[in-house]
Amino acid sequence: MTNESAMSQLRWDQNRVAAVIDSLKSKPGALLPILHGIQDALGYIPKDSVPLIARELNLSRAEVHGVITFYHYFRETPPGRHTIHLCRAESCQSMNGAGLEAHAKVRLGIDYHETTDDGAFSLEPVYCLGNCACSPALMIDGEVYGRVTPEGFDEILSEARSQA
Amino acid sequence: MSTTVYVPCDSGALSLGAERVARAIAAEAKNRHVDIKLVRNGSRGLFWLEPMVEVATPKGRIAYGPVQAKDVPALFEAGFLQGGKHPLCQGPTEEIPYLKNQERLTNARVGITDPLSLEDYLAHEGYRGLKNALNMARVDIVKAVTDSGLRGRGGAAFPTGIKWNTVLNAQSDQKYIVCNADEGDSGTFSDRMIMEGDPFVLIEGMTIAGLAVGATHGYIYLRVEYPQAHKHLNAAIAAAYQAGYLGQSICGSGKAFDLEVRLGAGAYVCGEETSLLESLEGKRGLVRFKPPLPAIKGLFGQPTVINNVISLASVPIILDKGGEYYRDFGMGRSRGTLPIQLAGNVKRPGLVEKAFGITLRELLYDYGGGSASGRPIRAVQVGGPLGSYLPESQFDTPLDYEAFAAIWAVLGHGGVVVFDDTVDMARMARYAMEFCAIESCGKCTPCRIGSTRGVEVIDKIIDNQDRASNIALLRDLSDTLLNSSLCALGGMTPYPVLSALNHFPEDFGDGGNKQAAA
Repeated sequence: MTNESAMSQLRWDQNRVAAVIDSLKSKPGALLPILHGIQDALGYIPKDSVPLIARELNLSRAEVHGVITFYHYFRETPPGRHTIHLCRAESCQSMNGAGLEAHAKVRLGIDYHETTDDGAFSLEPVYCLGNCACSPALMIDGEVYGRVTPEGFDEILSEARSQA
Repeated sequence: MSTTVYVPCDSGALSLGAERVARAIAAEAKNRHVDIKLVRNGSRGLFWLEPMVEVATPKGRIAYGPVQAKDVPALFEAGFLQGGKHPLCQGPTEEIPYLKNQERLTNARVGITDPLSLEDYLAHEGYRGLKNALNMARVDIVKAVTDSGLRGRGGAAFPTGIKWNTVLNAQSDQKYIVCNADEGDSGTFSDRMIMEGDPFVLIEGMTIAGLAVGATHGYIYLRVEYPQAHKHLNAAIAAAYQAGYLGQSICGSGKAFDLEVRLGAGAYVCGEETSLLESLEGKRGLVRFKPPLPAIKGLFGQPTVINNVISLASVPIILDKGGEYYRDFGMGRSRGTLPIQLAGNVKRPGLVEKAFGITLRELLYDYGGGSASGRPIRAVQVGGPLGSYLPESQFDTPLDYEAFAAIWAVLGHGGVVVFDDTVDMARMARYAMEFCAIESCGKCTPCRIGSTRGVEVIDKIIDNQDRASNIALLRDLSDTLLNSSLCALGGMTPYPVLSALNHFPEDFGDGGNKQAAA
């Protein structure tokens, strides 16, 4: 625990987190904007930033932890360099989304909520990207792709690898 | 002379390569020393033709699609800047039957204008509704919306005017307008298309709502899965502030309205209005007990109008052309138009805004052209993940709230997801329960526990374990969910589950339909 916490101390920048909190804490209902701000800055919300957020918003640590864990989008561990959100919803299922899902998991060698060993890709399920007229769909680093075939998936991966 | 070329910046078009097409067109024009003006419009909603490039000619806009970057040199060769012939040419955009036969009221500008240009918005009848509203008494604005017959387009179909009237009559120093832009239903994308393709119409609708009920602050609660809509909304809001359409004195009237976007974080249940309000307040998105209604005690305990994107985006045209104009479209108690979203396994998927009353069959075959795979259409889910699956025998049902209620189905937010005959309906029923388990907020027991038990029971049915009694158990469990859940998530998950079981019993083994429909 102490070891993990010490590692984590090295990994994230307290000043950045404090700056995010400071710039947003006066907003009504500030917690979600702050959590988004931290995740945008660091890629995740470090567990040991919770006491800092709680203190600044005059909330209990349990309340902050409760909010972070309620929402699927927030994560408490660092993501891979690229995050793939793969749609699992009905429209994508009707266009062989399950086949794409199986292909993606085999190709990446990971399941949902996992990150590849080389730290390149994290895979997350998503329930609709609003691209249902172009199913199946996925989003990688905020960019949406439609009518994705297994071959198309591989191209998206190699394109992302070449950027990294 | 410079020719205007339109390449959509809608995320659906972008997902198919529109950005590369736009870059290729700009580069090719430069190489050929041709002067073009590239406009990034929204999508017309003809997604089988996306990326759909349009060229402004003296004879109107000519469409080419689906265009890939590699097609661009040939398009220039074919003289597409003059509307020249090419295999991808679809002729005049407005004459494409899919588009021509629609009644686009809410989506009047989507795909036509540059969504981020306030000038373009004003040149296409924008802000005329607000101008009228600024000269009207509050009760008269509410009356126009009531007279239009507009019902909540998020899915619940509650009369918008009645909701507004409750907030108007509530006494408070601070009231709020909240836009539910947490479009989580699978198969739906009309909110996204409005926010990306015509964000000013939503801003105008919310401003009118603020004037109508005396609210001075608005929030758009947007799902985080829509980054492009986020960008467009923020840019449009900034432009509206700059031009005095938002702020302390709207158009110099002395009346204030402030607006900001807040992002959700991937929780489907936050599309439920009270859960959304909790989330906006910075909490877990737990559903609230009702009463009190949000109209009386909503955001931060204050009277709050909370409406879906399409409801609010339909307000400007109602205030511009009058409640009667809007009410004259539609059938029965379903007035006006519904932006229907054709999705899934369909040859021509897209946005079809039509007056209520069109049948599912017309949509699936006349517009949709049948399945994308070429196989028979077996089932259609209407109204999102909590909507019923309809078999072919129900395809003649008109799109009307009451007609759908009569066959134990819902229109919801107007999403239509098509499945061909390879679909396994027991798997779809299982998925509905699984989705409910993943997305349950956990506040009420039927939804939190019932959904997990539902997955287990359906697994046993699929595995042929004691089928008859497990099917009876599934019906019993569905009854509990239907009647004792706190909100629509648990309360409507039985719609896809039981409709699958009732209409497609063969997928559940024999005995699926031994008991009457719920």
